[in-house]
Amino acid sequence: MGAGHASRLFRPGDTLVHRLPPQCKLVAVAGFALVVVATPREWFWAFGLYAVLLAVVAALARVPAGFVLRRMVVEVPFVAFALAVPFIGSGERTTFMGLSLSVAGLWAAWNILAKATLGVAASVLLAATTEPRLMLLGAQRLRLPPLLVQIAMFMLRYLDVILDEMRRMRVARESRGFTARDVRHIPVIARSAGALFIRSYERGERVHLAMLSRGYTGTMPVIQDVSAASRQWLAAGMLPGAALAVLLGSWGFT
Amino acid sequence: MHVPDGFFNAAVSLSAGVVAAAGVTVCLRGARRELDDRTAPMAGLVAAFIFAVQMLNFPVAAGTSGHLLGGALAAILVGPYTAVLCVAVVLLVQAFFFADGGLTALGVNITLMGVVAVLVAWGVFRLITRSVRGRGAVVAASFVAALLSVPATALVFTLLFWIGGTAPIEIGTVAAAMGGVHLLIGVGEGLITAVTVSTVLAVRPDLVYGAREIVAPLVLRGTDGDVTVVPGAPGAPVPAATSRRRNWFLPAGVAATALLAGAVSFYASSSPDGLERVAEDKGFIGQAADHPLGEQPLADYGDVGGIPVGVAGLVGAGATLVAGGGLFLAVRRRGGDSGPADDRREEASV
Repeated sequence: MGAGHASRLFRPGDTLVHRLPPQCKLVAVAGFALVVVATPREWFWAFGLYAVLLAVVAALARVPAGFVLRRMVVEVPFVAFALAVPFIGSGERTTFMGLSLSVAGLWAAWNILAKATLGVAASVLLAATTEPRLMLLGAQRLRLPPLLVQIAMFMLRYLDVILDEMRRMRVARESRGFTARDVRHIPVIARSAGALFIRSYERGERVHLAMLSRGYTGTMPVIQDVSAASRQWLAAGMLPGAALAVLLGSWGFT
Repeated sequence: MHVPDGFFNAAVSLSAGVVAAAGVTVCLRGARRELDDRTAPMAGLVAAFIFAVQMLNFPVAAGTSGHLLGGALAAILVGPYTAVLCVAVVLLVQAFFFADGGLTALGVNITLMGVVAVLVAWGVFRLITRSVRGRGAVVAASFVAALLSVPATALVFTLLFWIGGTAPIEIGTVAAAMGGVHLLIGVGEGLITAVTVSTVLAVRPDLVYGAREIVAPLVLRGTDGDVTVVPGAPGAPVPAATSRRRNWFLPAGVAATALLAGAVSFYASSSPDGLERVAEDKGFIGQAADHPLGEQPLADYGDVGGIPVGVAGLVGAGATLVAGGGLFLAVRRRGGDSGPADDRREEASV
């Protein structure tokens, strides 16, 4: 991958978290997300401790809080949905500041907000400390089907090319005075999409022929060893391990 | 539409994960036929295209805008198997690299936007193009297929949410609201998909997988008057005789799906109503303020009002799998038949 690729996602660094093999980090984050989802929503302080765990990881990886917060904007549509739940929820109702809210709906909103926020923060940290290409090598080592991994690799490589093509087409449209305002403009957008597909597909065919002529056999050579030592598995396991300890600990208390 | 963590309980998340994995496994096998040796590079390119197209916002009504799901478009352009794979990869990349959509909700997301959207779109598309031929029919079928795929996805989402969602909602009103809103979004999706397909059809008809039956085969004429016919795509024209004999496969598959969906939703709808009543009773006498459909710790899965929530989730997911598998098998059977049929046609025309 050339310069500039996926630079918005990945924060280069040389910390303990950055150096961990990608497959360890993938398993750790997935395990952490599962523990968070399995936590009963009444245990407020457990969610607080999870947030502290993530903060420790962020500090270890030297990822500033502002970076994580900016990247968490993707969550916004579902925050809106979560805020609507208390109004459309059924069951017992309570009044707060003159608004009639469903009690179960309030619980549900808290549940979605807390768990989604922790999950998004964990994913952001994973993406910030792992180079995209390495993340896919890690997925391959975790026995994700090789065809799927390859599709994802090619997707990442083509993504910026296609997005740039799309941006150029948008600039061309807008410099001719076009902005999509209502339904009547949909055909223009759609024809752009059609042109984009043809352009990128033809480009992909040319690239594929070039790859074949350079000896591509259907699999990409792996030139980087990403095997993990048990010590590194142990280090990565600290995050889900600590989360599980919090979960089991609070279970003991209640 | 990207579901984050915490929306569904662990049982539904896991069962949807199993369904998604099964769907992707079937498609991994099928995609090799659709794209032969170019599978990985071209599928990667299509995945990137879908990702880009999902960022194209289109205006729906004054002030609001929607964005394309892309499942129907991908199915018509590159075939259903590759489409499911591409959407699955897009969702994987979005979840892991862009934190868009929860990691535990990945199974739900792939099942909804990958398997369900593509299955519905491709089923509808094939039903229409099988009965009416021609370029116009392909474009019209794209519109209807994309239009229906969006509300279908929304309704399955509602069904899943009602089986294992973490918020108490009235299934009827939410289904109506979700279906209504997404029918509107579906019109946008349908328009864009249809115009995009017709644009590609006008310039490179060979790139539209859904139209490979109407693309004329390549005819080579030698200097001494000999004629060679090269069928364009792997699944090129099928003689009418064989296609008529197999005609019942797809309608049967769709009927089975509808029947299953109807039967299962009927079965399912009778139980949580009971649950809800129990909850209301309990809430009324002040014993349990918590909603039984709400979330519980993993250990408590098992018994709420006599019906295990996890089992309900598995039943729903299993039904989806069976229905989806049936439709896939039906479509695949047709695809497998076209091989020998091609040869026959070639012999006939030379």
